Amino acid sequence: MPNSLIPLLLTLKVAGCATLAAFAIGVAFAFLLARVRFPGREWVDALLTLPLVMPPTVLGYYLIVVFGRRGWIGQWLYEAFGVTLMFTWQGAVLASAVVSLPLVFKAARTAFEGVDPNLERAARTLGLSEAGVFIRVSLPLAWRGIMAGTMLAFARAMGEFGATLMVAGNLPGKTQTLSLAVYDAVQAGNDRLAAILVLITSLVCVVILVFSGKILKTQYLKEVDR
Amino acid sequence: MKRKLVVCVVAALAFFGLSWMGPSRASAEQELIVSAAASLTNAFQEVGRKFEKANPGIKFVPNFAASGALLQQIEKGAPVDVFASADQKTMDQANEKKLILPETRKNFASNGLVLILPAGSKAPIKSPQDLNANEVTKVAIGNPDTVPAGRYAQEVLKNEGLWEKLSPKFIPAASVRQVLDYVTRGEVDAGFVYSTDAVIAGDKVQVVATLGKHKPILYPTAVVAATQKKDLARRFIDFVLSKEGQETLSKFGFGKP
Repeated sequence: MPNSLIPLLLTLKVAGCATLAAFAIGVAFAFLLARVRFPGREWVDALLTLPLVMPPTVLGYYLIVVFGRRGWIGQWLYEAFGVTLMFTWQGAVLASAVVSLPLVFKAARTAFEGVDPNLERAARTLGLSEAGVFIRVSLPLAWRGIMAGTMLAFARAMGEFGATLMVAGNLPGKTQTLSLAVYDAVQAGNDRLAAILVLITSLVCVVILVFSGKILKTQYLKEVDR
Repeated sequence: MKRKLVVCVVAALAFFGLSWMGPSRASAEQELIVSAAASLTNAFQEVGRKFEKANPGIKFVPNFAASGALLQQIEKGAPVDVFASADQKTMDQANEKKLILPETRKNFASNGLVLILPAGSKAPIKSPQDLNANEVTKVAIGNPDTVPAGRYAQEVLKNEGLWEKLSPKFIPAASVRQVLDYVTRGEVDAGFVYSTDAVIAGDKVQVVATLGKHKPILYPTAVVAATQKKDLARRFIDFVLSKEGQETLSKFGFGKP
Protein backbone atom coordinates (compact mmCIF):
# COMPACT_ATOMS: atom_id res chain seq x y z
CA MET A 1 0.00 0.00 0.00
CA PRO A 2 2.65 2.55 -1.00
CA ASN A 3 -0.08 5.04 -1.90
CA SER A 4 -0.94 5.57 1.74
CA LEU A 5 2.56 5.05 3.17
CA ILE A 6 4.10 7.99 1.30
CA PRO A 7 1.88 10.58 3.03
CA LEU A 8 2.51 8.87 6.37
CA LEU A 9 6.30 9.05 6.04
CA LEU A 10 6.08 12.62 4.80
CA THR A 11 3.84 13.57 7.72
CA LEU A 12 6.29 12.08 10.23
CA LYS A 13 9.20 13.86 8.54
CA VAL A 14 7.42 17.23 8.44
CA ALA A 15 6.05 16.94 11.98
CA GLY A 16 9.45 15.80 13.30
CA CYS A 17 11.38 18.68 11.74
CA ALA A 18 8.67 21.18 12.73
CA THR A 19 8.75 19.95 16.33
CA LEU A 20 12.55 20.24 16.48
CA ALA A 21 12.37 23.82 15.22
CA ALA A 22 9.49 24.70 17.56
CA PHE A 23 11.39 23.07 20.45
CA ALA A 24 14.60 25.06 19.87
CA ILE A 25 12.86 28.41 19.39
CA GLY A 26 10.18 27.79 22.01
CA VAL A 27 12.60 26.73 24.78
CA ALA A 28 15.01 29.59 24.03
CA PHE A 29 12.28 32.23 24.21
CA ALA A 30 10.64 30.56 27.21
CA PHE A 31 13.90 30.70 29.17
CA LEU A 32 14.53 34.30 28.13
CA LEU A 33 11.05 35.42 29.16
CA ALA A 34 11.09 33.42 32.39
CA ARG A 35 14.46 34.78 33.55
CA VAL A 36 15.05 38.22 32.06
CA ARG A 37 12.98 41.36 32.69
CA PHE A 38 12.84 43.66 29.68
CA PRO A 39 10.30 46.15 28.34
CA GLY A 40 7.67 44.59 26.09
CA ARG A 41 8.18 41.16 27.60
CA GLU A 42 4.47 40.33 27.69
CA TRP A 43 4.09 41.57 24.13
CA VAL A 44 6.68 39.04 22.98
CA ASP A 45 4.76 36.41 24.93
CA ALA A 46 1.53 37.41 23.21
CA LEU A 47 3.17 37.37 19.78
CA LEU A 48 4.56 33.87 20.32
CA THR A 49 1.18 32.63 21.62
CA LEU A 50 -0.80 34.18 18.76
CA PRO A 51 -0.62 31.13 16.44
CA LEU A 52 -2.56 29.19 19.07
CA VAL A 53 -5.59 31.46 18.90
CA MET A 54 -5.50 32.57 15.26
CA PRO A 55 -7.12 30.51 12.50
CA PRO A 56 -4.46 28.57 10.55
CA THR A 57 -5.63 30.21 7.33
CA VAL A 58 -4.76 33.63 8.78
CA LEU A 59 -1.29 32.32 9.63
CA GLY A 60 -1.02 30.85 6.15
CA TYR A 61 -1.80 34.23 4.68
CA TYR A 62 0.83 35.93 6.85
CA LEU A 63 3.38 33.29 5.84
CA ILE A 64 2.60 33.84 2.15
CA VAL A 65 3.00 37.60 2.58
CA VAL A 66 6.38 37.10 4.28
CA PHE A 67 7.78 33.98 2.58
CA GLY A 68 5.98 33.91 -0.80
CA ARG A 69 8.03 34.37 -3.93
CA ARG A 70 7.09 38.05 -3.86
CA GLY A 71 7.04 38.25 -0.04
CA TRP A 72 9.33 40.39 2.13
CA ILE A 73 11.74 37.60 2.99
CA GLY A 74 10.67 35.23 0.21
CA GLN A 75 11.70 37.61 -2.55
CA TRP A 76 15.12 38.07 -1.00
CA LEU A 77 15.55 34.30 -0.57
CA TYR A 78 14.57 33.78 -4.19
CA GLU A 79 16.82 36.46 -5.62
CA ALA A 80 19.82 35.69 -3.42
CA PHE A 81 19.73 31.89 -3.40
CA GLY A 82 17.07 30.90 -5.93
CA VAL A 83 15.16 29.20 -3.11
CA THR A 84 11.45 29.42 -2.49
CA LEU A 85 9.61 27.74 0.37
CA MET A 86 6.27 27.76 -1.43
CA PHE A 87 5.14 24.27 -2.52
CA THR A 88 8.07 22.49 -0.83
CA TRP A 89 8.12 20.19 2.19
CA GLN A 90 10.32 22.75 3.91
CA GLY A 91 7.41 25.15 3.51
CA ALA A 92 5.18 22.61 5.22
CA VAL A 93 7.72 22.42 8.05
CA LEU A 94 7.65 26.20 8.38
CA ALA A 95 3.85 26.26 8.60
CA SER A 96 3.68 23.38 11.10
CA ALA A 97 6.48 24.84 13.22
CA VAL A 98 4.77 28.22 13.51
CA VAL A 99 1.45 26.61 14.39
CA SER A 100 2.93 24.32 17.06
CA LEU A 101 5.44 26.81 18.53
CA PRO A 102 3.08 28.21 21.22
CA LEU A 103 2.51 24.75 22.68
CA VAL A 104 6.22 24.27 23.42
CA PHE A 105 6.75 27.87 24.39
CA LYS A 106 3.84 28.13 26.85
CA ALA A 107 4.63 24.82 28.55
CA ALA A 108 8.35 25.60 28.76
CA ARG A 109 7.83 29.07 30.19
CA THR A 110 5.56 27.72 32.92
CA ALA A 111 8.07 24.95 33.62
CA PHE A 112 11.03 27.35 33.88
CA GLU A 113 9.06 29.69 36.13
CA GLY A 114 8.28 26.74 38.39
CA VAL A 115 11.96 26.05 39.05
CA ASP A 116 13.01 27.07 42.60
CA PRO A 117 15.40 30.08 42.22
CA ASN A 118 17.30 28.91 45.31
CA LEU A 119 18.45 25.78 43.48
CA GLU A 120 19.91 27.92 40.70
CA ARG A 121 21.56 30.24 43.25
CA ALA A 122 23.04 27.28 45.06
CA ALA A 123 24.47 25.95 41.79
CA ARG A 124 26.06 29.34 41.14
CA THR A 125 27.66 29.52 44.59
CA LEU A 126 29.06 26.05 43.94
CA GLY A 127 30.89 27.50 40.93
CA LEU A 128 28.72 26.62 37.92
CA SER A 129 28.74 29.03 34.97
CA GLU A 130 25.40 30.45 33.70
CA ALA A 131 25.40 27.92 30.86
CA GLY A 132 26.16 25.18 33.37
CA VAL A 133 23.29 26.28 35.58
CA PHE A 134 20.95 26.15 32.59
CA ILE A 135 22.07 22.74 31.35
CA ARG A 136 22.55 20.99 34.71
CA VAL A 137 19.89 22.60 36.90
CA SER A 138 17.15 24.62 35.14
CA LEU A 139 16.66 22.41 32.11
CA PRO A 140 16.50 19.06 33.99
CA LEU A 141 14.03 20.53 36.50
CA ALA A 142 11.82 21.95 33.76
CA TRP A 143 12.26 18.95 31.48
CA ARG A 144 8.95 17.19 32.11
CA GLY A 145 6.91 20.30 31.41
CA ILE A 146 8.90 20.98 28.28
CA MET A 147 8.45 17.41 27.06
CA ALA A 148 4.69 17.54 27.65
CA GLY A 149 4.53 20.71 25.54
CA THR A 150 6.74 19.20 22.86
CA MET A 151 4.47 16.15 22.67
CA LEU A 152 1.45 18.36 22.10
CA ALA A 153 3.41 20.32 19.52
CA PHE A 154 4.21 17.13 17.62
CA ALA A 155 0.58 16.07 17.69
CA ARG A 156 -0.50 19.50 16.46
CA ALA A 157 2.13 19.46 13.70
CA MET A 158 0.92 16.03 12.54
CA GLY A 159 -2.62 17.29 12.11
CA GLU A 160 -1.75 20.68 10.59
CA PHE A 161 -3.92 21.43 7.58
CA GLY A 162 -4.87 25.05 6.86
CA ALA A 163 -1.55 26.88 6.96
CA THR A 164 0.23 23.94 5.32
CA LEU A 165 -2.26 23.85 2.45
CA MET A 166 -1.80 27.57 1.81
CA VAL A 167 2.00 27.60 1.99
CA ALA A 168 3.02 24.16 0.72
CA GLY A 169 0.06 23.35 -1.50
CA ASN A 170 -1.19 19.83 -1.97
CA LEU A 171 1.44 18.00 -4.07
CA PRO A 172 1.12 14.22 -3.93
CA GLY A 173 4.43 12.70 -2.84
CA LYS A 174 5.98 16.11 -2.10
CA THR A 175 3.86 18.12 0.32
CA GLN A 176 0.71 16.01 0.64
CA THR A 177 0.65 15.07 4.32
CA LEU A 178 -1.94 12.67 5.79
CA SER A 179 -4.49 15.35 6.61
CA LEU A 180 -4.25 16.75 3.06
CA ALA A 181 -4.38 13.27 1.51
CA VAL A 182 -7.60 12.53 3.42
CA TYR A 183 -9.13 15.81 2.21
CA ASP A 184 -8.06 15.06 -1.37
CA ALA A 185 -9.42 11.51 -1.31
CA VAL A 186 -12.80 12.66 0.01
CA GLN A 187 -13.02 15.49 -2.54
CA ALA A 188 -12.34 13.03 -5.35
CA GLY A 189 -14.90 10.55 -3.98
CA ASN A 190 -12.20 7.97 -3.27
CA ASP A 191 -13.79 6.76 -0.05
CA ARG A 192 -11.75 3.58 0.18
CA LEU A 193 -8.43 5.43 0.17
CA ALA A 194 -9.86 7.98 2.61
CA ALA A 195 -10.87 5.18 4.99
CA ILE A 196 -7.39 3.61 4.83
CA LEU A 197 -5.69 6.95 5.46
CA VAL A 198 -8.01 7.76 8.34
CA LEU A 199 -7.31 4.38 9.95
CA ILE A 200 -3.55 4.84 9.57
CA THR A 201 -3.73 8.34 11.05
CA SER A 202 -5.80 7.21 14.02
CA LEU A 203 -3.51 4.27 14.67
CA VAL A 204 -0.33 6.36 14.53
CA CYS A 205 -1.83 8.99 16.85
CA VAL A 206 -2.92 6.41 19.42
CA VAL A 207 0.49 4.72 19.36
CA ILE A 208 2.30 8.03 19.81
CA LEU A 209 0.02 9.09 22.66
CA VAL A 210 0.35 5.79 24.51
CA PHE A 211 4.13 5.65 24.19
CA SER A 212 4.70 9.27 25.14
CA GLY A 213 2.33 8.82 28.07
CA LYS A 214 4.41 5.84 29.18
CA ILE A 215 7.68 7.75 28.94
CA LEU A 216 6.33 10.67 30.95
CA LYS A 217 4.49 8.67 33.61
CA THR A 218 6.91 5.87 34.41
CA GLN A 219 9.42 8.42 35.68
CA TYR A 220 6.96 9.56 38.31
CA LEU A 221 6.02 6.04 39.36
CA LYS A 222 9.70 5.10 39.61
CA GLU A 223 10.19 7.95 42.08
CA VAL A 224 7.14 6.86 44.05
CA ASP A 225 8.42 3.30 44.26
CA ARG A 226 11.85 4.35 45.38
CA MET B 1 -17.14 38.99 41.64
CA LYS B 2 -19.84 36.36 41.67
CA ARG B 3 -22.43 38.81 40.38
CA LYS B 4 -20.14 39.75 37.49
CA LEU B 5 -19.78 36.10 36.57
CA VAL B 6 -23.55 35.61 36.59
CA VAL B 7 -24.02 38.67 34.36
CA CYS B 8 -21.42 37.34 31.94
CA VAL B 9 -23.01 33.91 31.74
CA VAL B 10 -26.50 35.33 31.23
CA ALA B 11 -25.23 37.69 28.53
CA ALA B 12 -23.46 34.83 26.75
CA LEU B 13 -26.55 32.61 26.89
CA ALA B 14 -28.76 35.42 25.61
CA PHE B 15 -26.34 36.09 22.77
CA PHE B 16 -26.12 32.47 21.64
CA GLY B 17 -29.84 31.94 22.12
CA LEU B 18 -30.67 34.90 19.92
CA SER B 19 -28.17 34.02 17.23
CA TRP B 20 -29.65 30.52 17.15
CA MET B 21 -33.11 31.88 16.52
CA GLY B 22 -31.94 34.49 14.01
CA PRO B 23 -31.69 32.49 10.79
CA SER B 24 -34.96 30.59 11.25
CA ARG B 25 -36.93 33.82 11.15
CA ALA B 26 -35.06 35.02 8.05
CA SER B 27 -35.89 31.82 6.15
CA ALA B 28 -39.38 33.13 5.44
CA GLU B 29 -37.97 33.94 2.00
CA GLN B 30 -37.25 30.96 -0.21
CA GLU B 31 -33.64 29.98 -0.81
CA LEU B 32 -32.30 28.55 -4.05
CA ILE B 33 -28.95 26.83 -3.59
CA VAL B 34 -26.90 26.65 -6.77
CA SER B 35 -23.67 24.62 -6.83
CA ALA B 36 -21.65 25.99 -9.72
CA ALA B 37 -18.16 25.42 -11.13
CA ALA B 38 -15.49 27.75 -9.71
CA SER B 39 -14.97 29.38 -13.12
CA LEU B 40 -18.58 30.63 -13.00
CA THR B 41 -18.00 32.56 -9.73
CA ASN B 42 -18.25 36.14 -11.01
CA ALA B 43 -20.74 35.49 -13.80
CA PHE B 44 -23.19 33.52 -11.65
CA GLN B 45 -23.05 36.07 -8.84
CA GLU B 46 -24.42 38.60 -11.28
CA VAL B 47 -26.87 36.15 -12.86
CA GLY B 48 -28.07 35.39 -9.33
CA ARG B 49 -28.57 39.08 -8.50
CA LYS B 50 -30.63 39.52 -11.65
CA PHE B 51 -32.62 36.36 -10.90
CA GLU B 52 -33.39 37.70 -7.43
CA LYS B 53 -34.55 40.99 -8.92
CA ALA B 54 -36.82 39.18 -11.39
CA ASN B 55 -38.18 36.88 -8.66
CA PRO B 56 -38.90 38.84 -5.44
CA GLY B 57 -38.82 36.77 -2.27
CA ILE B 58 -36.22 34.38 -3.65
CA LYS B 59 -32.75 34.30 -2.15
CA PHE B 60 -29.99 33.07 -4.47
CA VAL B 61 -27.35 31.11 -2.51
CA PRO B 62 -24.31 30.19 -4.65
CA ASN B 63 -21.79 27.49 -3.76
CA PHE B 64 -18.64 27.65 -5.88
CA ALA B 65 -15.96 24.94 -6.02
CA ALA B 66 -14.35 22.51 -8.43
CA SER B 67 -17.07 20.60 -10.31
CA GLY B 68 -15.79 17.26 -8.97
CA ALA B 69 -15.93 18.50 -5.37
CA LEU B 70 -19.49 19.78 -5.91
CA LEU B 71 -20.52 16.38 -7.27
CA GLN B 72 -19.18 14.73 -4.10
CA GLN B 73 -21.11 17.18 -1.92
CA ILE B 74 -24.34 16.42 -3.78
CA GLU B 75 -23.69 12.68 -3.54
CA LYS B 76 -23.17 13.03 0.23
CA GLY B 77 -26.55 14.74 0.52
CA ALA B 78 -25.82 18.47 0.37
CA PRO B 79 -29.16 20.34 0.06
CA VAL B 80 -28.49 21.66 -3.44
CA ASP B 81 -31.20 22.64 -5.94
CA VAL B 82 -29.25 23.32 -9.16
CA PHE B 83 -25.91 21.91 -10.33
CA ALA B 84 -23.80 23.61 -13.01
CA SER B 85 -20.51 21.94 -13.93
CA ALA B 86 -17.68 23.00 -16.22
CA ASP B 87 -17.59 19.76 -18.19
CA GLN B 88 -19.81 16.99 -19.51
CA LYS B 89 -17.96 14.21 -17.66
CA THR B 90 -18.88 15.42 -14.17
CA MET B 91 -22.52 15.84 -15.21
CA ASP B 92 -22.46 12.36 -16.79
CA GLN B 93 -21.25 10.96 -13.46
CA ALA B 94 -24.04 12.82 -11.67
CA ASN B 95 -26.50 11.32 -14.15
CA GLU B 96 -25.14 7.77 -13.69
CA LYS B 97 -25.56 8.13 -9.94
CA LYS B 98 -29.11 9.43 -10.47
CA LEU B 99 -28.29 12.69 -8.69
CA ILE B 100 -29.86 14.95 -11.34
CA LEU B 101 -33.09 15.00 -13.35
CA PRO B 102 -31.82 14.07 -16.84
CA GLU B 103 -34.65 15.79 -18.72
CA THR B 104 -33.66 19.15 -17.15
CA ARG B 105 -30.04 18.92 -18.34
CA LYS B 106 -29.07 21.78 -20.69
CA ASN B 107 -25.80 23.21 -22.00
CA PHE B 108 -25.69 26.93 -21.26
CA ALA B 109 -22.17 28.22 -22.01
CA SER B 110 -18.83 27.46 -23.62
CA ASN B 111 -15.29 28.49 -22.78
CA GLY B 112 -11.68 28.28 -23.95
CA LEU B 113 -8.49 27.08 -22.29
CA VAL B 114 -5.43 29.34 -22.11
CA LEU B 115 -1.87 29.24 -20.82
CA ILE B 116 -1.06 32.21 -18.59
CA LEU B 117 2.06 33.66 -16.94
CA PRO B 118 2.32 36.15 -14.06
CA ALA B 119 2.38 39.80 -15.20
CA GLY B 120 5.96 40.94 -15.77
CA SER B 121 7.27 37.41 -16.21
CA LYS B 122 10.13 37.31 -18.68
CA ALA B 123 10.10 33.54 -19.07
CA PRO B 124 10.32 32.60 -22.77
CA ILE B 125 7.02 30.72 -22.81
CA LYS B 126 4.87 30.99 -25.91
CA SER B 127 3.36 27.50 -26.06
CA PRO B 128 3.00 24.37 -23.90
CA GLN B 129 6.23 22.99 -25.46
CA ASP B 130 8.19 25.87 -23.94
CA LEU B 131 7.28 24.61 -20.45
CA ASN B 132 10.02 22.02 -21.00
CA ALA B 133 12.65 24.75 -20.49
CA ASN B 134 14.86 24.25 -17.44
CA GLU B 135 14.08 27.65 -15.92
CA VAL B 136 10.40 26.68 -15.73
CA THR B 137 10.03 24.75 -12.47
CA LYS B 138 6.42 25.23 -11.36
CA VAL B 139 3.32 24.91 -13.52
CA ALA B 140 -0.06 25.20 -11.81
CA ILE B 141 -2.82 22.93 -13.09
CA GLY B 142 -6.20 22.00 -11.66
CA ASN B 143 -6.15 18.56 -10.02
CA PRO B 144 -7.50 16.38 -12.88
CA ASP B 145 -9.39 14.17 -10.39
CA THR B 146 -11.81 16.94 -9.44
CA VAL B 147 -11.12 20.02 -11.60
CA PRO B 148 -12.44 20.01 -15.19
CA ALA B 149 -9.94 22.73 -16.25
CA GLY B 150 -7.18 20.38 -15.11
CA ARG B 151 -8.70 17.57 -17.17
CA TYR B 152 -8.85 19.73 -20.29
CA ALA B 153 -5.22 20.77 -19.72
CA GLN B 154 -4.26 17.13 -19.21
CA GLU B 155 -5.93 16.26 -22.50
CA VAL B 156 -4.00 19.00 -24.34
CA LEU B 157 -0.67 17.98 -22.83
CA LYS B 158 -1.27 14.29 -23.52
CA ASN B 159 -2.10 15.05 -27.15
CA GLU B 160 1.11 17.07 -27.41
CA GLY B 161 3.08 14.24 -25.78
CA LEU B 162 4.13 16.50 -22.89
CA TRP B 163 2.15 15.11 -19.94
CA GLU B 164 4.75 12.66 -18.62
CA LYS B 165 7.69 14.99 -19.16
CA LEU B 166 6.08 17.95 -17.42
CA SER B 167 4.46 16.14 -14.51
CA PRO B 168 7.32 16.77 -12.01
CA LYS B 169 6.68 20.49 -12.47
CA PHE B 170 2.95 20.38 -11.76
CA ILE B 171 1.47 22.19 -8.77
CA PRO B 172 -2.01 20.69 -8.48
CA ALA B 173 -4.73 23.11 -7.40
CA ALA B 174 -8.13 22.47 -5.82
CA SER B 175 -9.96 24.58 -8.39
CA VAL B 176 -9.25 26.60 -11.51
CA ARG B 177 -9.48 29.77 -9.40
CA GLN B 178 -6.65 28.50 -7.20
CA VAL B 179 -4.51 28.13 -10.33
CA LEU B 180 -5.37 31.72 -11.18
CA ASP B 181 -4.45 32.80 -7.65
CA TYR B 182 -1.07 31.03 -7.77
CA VAL B 183 -0.23 32.72 -11.09
CA THR B 184 -1.36 36.22 -10.08
CA ARG B 185 0.75 36.01 -6.93
CA GLY B 186 3.74 34.89 -9.00
CA GLU B 187 4.24 31.72 -6.96
CA VAL B 188 4.35 29.60 -10.14
CA ASP B 189 5.87 30.17 -13.57
CA ALA B 190 2.74 29.39 -15.55
CA GLY B 191 -0.76 27.93 -15.26
CA PHE B 192 -3.72 26.58 -17.22
CA VAL B 193 -7.03 28.41 -16.76
CA TYR B 194 -10.15 29.25 -18.78
CA SER B 195 -10.04 32.34 -20.95
CA THR B 196 -12.81 33.83 -18.75
CA ASP B 197 -10.59 33.46 -15.66
CA ALA B 198 -7.75 35.30 -17.42
CA VAL B 199 -10.19 38.15 -18.17
CA ILE B 200 -11.12 38.39 -14.46
CA ALA B 201 -7.44 38.67 -13.47
CA GLY B 202 -6.95 41.55 -15.93
CA ASP B 203 -3.41 42.90 -16.11
CA LYS B 204 -2.13 40.66 -13.31
CA VAL B 205 -1.58 37.87 -15.84
CA GLN B 206 -0.51 37.60 -19.46
CA VAL B 207 -2.18 35.13 -21.82
CA VAL B 208 0.52 33.55 -23.99
CA ALA B 209 -1.42 30.83 -25.78
CA THR B 210 -4.98 29.78 -26.48
CA LEU B 211 -5.07 26.00 -26.57
CA GLY B 212 -6.82 23.67 -28.96
CA LYS B 213 -6.51 19.89 -28.96
CA HIS B 214 -9.12 19.33 -26.26
CA LYS B 215 -12.82 18.46 -26.21
CA PRO B 216 -15.09 21.48 -26.59
CA ILE B 217 -15.57 23.10 -23.18
CA LEU B 218 -19.33 23.04 -22.71
CA TYR B 219 -21.03 23.89 -19.39
CA PRO B 220 -24.11 21.77 -18.56
CA THR B 221 -26.62 22.48 -15.80
CA ALA B 222 -29.44 20.39 -14.36
CA VAL B 223 -31.94 20.25 -11.50
CA VAL B 224 -30.69 18.14 -8.61
CA ALA B 225 -32.91 15.07 -8.15
CA ALA B 226 -33.21 15.40 -4.37
CA THR B 227 -34.42 19.02 -4.35
CA GLN B 228 -37.79 20.00 -2.87
CA LYS B 229 -37.88 23.10 -5.11
CA LYS B 230 -38.00 21.59 -8.60
CA ASP B 231 -40.09 24.38 -10.10
CA LEU B 232 -37.90 27.13 -8.73
CA ALA B 233 -34.78 25.25 -9.87
CA ARG B 234 -36.25 24.91 -13.39
CA ARG B 235 -37.06 28.60 -13.39
CA PHE B 236 -33.42 29.40 -12.60
CA ILE B 237 -32.15 27.23 -15.47
CA ASP B 238 -34.63 28.91 -17.82
CA PHE B 239 -33.33 32.26 -16.61
CA VAL B 240 -29.71 31.26 -17.33
CA LEU B 241 -30.76 30.26 -20.87
CA SER B 242 -32.87 33.40 -21.36
CA LYS B 243 -31.62 36.43 -23.30
CA GLU B 244 -30.80 38.28 -20.06
CA GLY B 245 -28.90 35.32 -18.59
CA GLN B 246 -26.94 34.69 -21.78
CA GLU B 247 -26.04 38.38 -22.11
CA THR B 248 -24.68 38.38 -18.57
CA LEU B 249 -22.57 35.30 -19.28
CA SER B 250 -21.19 36.74 -22.52
CA LYS B 251 -20.31 39.94 -20.61
CA PHE B 252 -17.91 37.77 -18.57
CA GLY B 253 -16.46 36.22 -21.72
CA PHE B 254 -18.43 32.98 -21.93
CA GLY B 255 -19.41 31.75 -25.38
CA LYS B 256 -22.76 30.45 -26.60
CA PRO B 257 -23.34 26.74 -25.86
